[in-house]
Amino acid sequence: MENNYRLEIKNISKTFGEVQSLRNVSFQLGQNEVVGLLGDNGAGKSTLIKIITGYHQPDEGEIYFNGQKVEKLSVPKARQLGVETVYQERALAELQALWRNIFLGRELQNRFGLLDVKRMKEETHNLMVKSMGFTSTAVDPDSKIGTFSGGEKQGVAIVRALYFDAEIIILDEPTMGLSLQETRKLINFVKSIKQAGKAAIFIDHNIFHVYSVADRVVVLDRGRVAGEFRTSDITLNDLMDKMYKIAETGHFD
Amino acid sequence: MTNPVNDTAIDRQSPRQNQRLRLRRFLSSNGTQLGIIGVFVALWAVFILLAPRTFLSPQIYRAFMSTVPFFGIIALPLTMAIIAGEMDLSFPAIMAIGMVAFAYTFQFTGSVPLAFVASLATGSAVGLINGIIVVGIGIPSLVATIGTQFFWRGAVLVLLGGKGTSLIVARESFLYNVLVGKMFGYIPMQFLWMLLATLISWIILNRTRLGAHIYLIGDNAQSAELMGVNTKRTRLAVFVLVGVASAFAGVLASLTVSFFWPSLGAGYLLQTLASVFLGGTSVFGGVGTILGTFLGSYIIGAIEAAIVAIGLTGFWTKLIYGLIIILSVSMHAVLRRRMG
Repeated sequence: MENNYRLEIKNISKTFGEVQSLRNVSFQLGQNEVVGLLGDNGAGKSTLIKIITGYHQPDEGEIYFNGQKVEKLSVPKARQLGVETVYQERALAELQALWRNIFLGRELQNRFGLLDVKRMKEETHNLMVKSMGFTSTAVDPDSKIGTFSGGEKQGVAIVRALYFDAEIIILDEPTMGLSLQETRKLINFVKSIKQAGKAAIFIDHNIFHVYSVADRVVVLDRGRVAGEFRTSDITLNDLMDKMYKIAETGHFD
Repeated sequence: MTNPVNDTAIDRQSPRQNQRLRLRRFLSSNGTQLGIIGVFVALWAVFILLAPRTFLSPQIYRAFMSTVPFFGIIALPLTMAIIAGEMDLSFPAIMAIGMVAFAYTFQFTGSVPLAFVASLATGSAVGLINGIIVVGIGIPSLVATIGTQFFWRGAVLVLLGGKGTSLIVARESFLYNVLVGKMFGYIPMQFLWMLLATLISWIILNRTRLGAHIYLIGDNAQSAELMGVNTKRTRLAVFVLVGVASAFAGVLASLTVSFFWPSLGAGYLLQTLASVFLGGTSVFGGVGTILGTFLGSYIIGAIEAAIVAIGLTGFWTKLIYGLIIILSVSMHAVLRRRMG
C-alpha cells in the first residue's frame, strides 16, 4: 500500500555550506498516524521539518503528498496541502494582537481585497472560546501575545493550526516551557488529532511525551535515520536504552 | 504593560471590577495613541498660554496646513518602513532628484502633468533601488540609505551644476492649483493632500495584507517567514512607498515657492524623523501608528513656530528636535524592557 501514505519522503539530502544536515533520509506518515521524531540536537529534526513545511528546499530527493509527487514545495504550497506547524513559542509575533497572530500570513480579506478585521476578530474570539475552552470574557482578540503565559501562547499556535483544517499537524518541541498541566492539555490535543482521523509529527526532547502519544518513533542521528520502532513493540525502557546507545556510538547495539 | 491582565481572574470579579479591567486593557493596548493625543493637546495649551498672539490667530494654522505636509507626507510611509524594522535616510535627496526629473521634463515638454508623473516615477525607481540594495544585496538599511542619500544629492548637484530652476511658468498649469492652490481661496491644498496621504497610509497599514505583513516582519521576521509571508517583497514595497512620497513632497515644496533649489529636502531630515518617533513608532520595529505620525508631524511643525514666538532663537529648534528623537526612542526601549 505504498501510495496510501499521507506524506512520503524519499532519499532527501540537504547540505548547509559544509555541514550535511540530512543524508538520504526517507520518512513516511500514514493517513491516521502520529509519528514521534527523536534525536539529539543537530540530528536533523528541524531541517527535516522545515523541508516538509516548504521553508527549506532539499538538495536531492522527492516529496509525495497522498501519493502525488510535489515539486518545489514552498511554505504557501505546503499550507495549501494541509501542513500546519505548531512551532515553539518563538514563532509568534509578541507585540501584535491575538487576532493578527491567528491569521498570520493568511489574513482574511473582503471582496474589495481589504482586510476583514471584524471577521478575523470574531473568528478569533469563537476559536478561543470553543476550541481552547477560554471563557468568553477572558478572551480579547486585541490582547498582545506578549502578555500571555507559555501555555496560552502554545494554545494560540494550536488554534491557528486547527482553524485552517490541517491534514498534517507538525508539533515542533511543543512542550518546551510549559507547566505540567499545560503539557497534559497538549498531550490530549495530540491524541485528539488522532481521533479526528488526521496525522501528526511530534518532535520533542522529552522521550516520555513522545512515547505516550506516538504510534511510531523515528530516531534521527547525525543526519540519517538510525532506526524506527512501533511504540506497541517496544517498552519505554528499551527505547531509552537504545537512545543512549545511539547518542554514544551511533548504533543501536 | 507591567501588569498583564490575568485573564482567569476576570471571571471571578464583579461586573464593575470586570469593567475596570477591560478599561485597563483598552488603555494598555491603545496607550501610545492616547499618549500622543495627550501630548498634542497639552503642548497646544502650553503654546497658547506662552504665545497667545501667535497661537490664537488663524494665520498660524494656515501656515501649518501648507508647510507641515512637506515633511509629514514623507513621515507617513517612513512610519511603515520603521515599523517593518527598516530605516530610510535618503528621502531628502529623493525629494531633490524627483524634482530634477520634474525640471527636465517640464523644460522639454512644457507640461506640468508630465513633469509631475516623471518625478513620481523617479521617486519610485530610486526607492526601488534602495530596496534592492537592502533586500537583494543585504546591506543594513541605515547604512545603505546614508550611501544613497549622498549619491543622489551628488547627482542632483552634478546634473544642475549646483544651480536652481525657476518654476514661475508652471503656475499657469491647472495642476499647480490642484497641488498647491487654495481651496475656496482659503484652505491650502497641501493640507488636503496631507489628509489624503494619511488616509491612504492608514488603509495600507491597517486594512491590507501588505500592512499586516509590515507589522509582522518588524516584530518577528523569522516567524513571518515560517508562516509563508513574502518578506522580501514587503520590504521592497516600503522603500518604494517612501520614494514616491518623497518625490511628491518635493513637488509640493518646490511649487509652493515656485523655485527648485538643489538643496531641497536637506532641512527636512530631522523634522521627518522626529515626527515619526514622537508619534510613537518604535525604532525596534513592530509598533507604530499612522494617527501618531500625523499628530507628531503637526506637533513638530508647531514647535518651530512656538520657539520663535516665545522669543527663543531659531537655533533652539534643532536642539529640541534632537531631544525629542532621543527621548521618544528611549521611551520605547524602557517600555520594552519592562514588558520582558
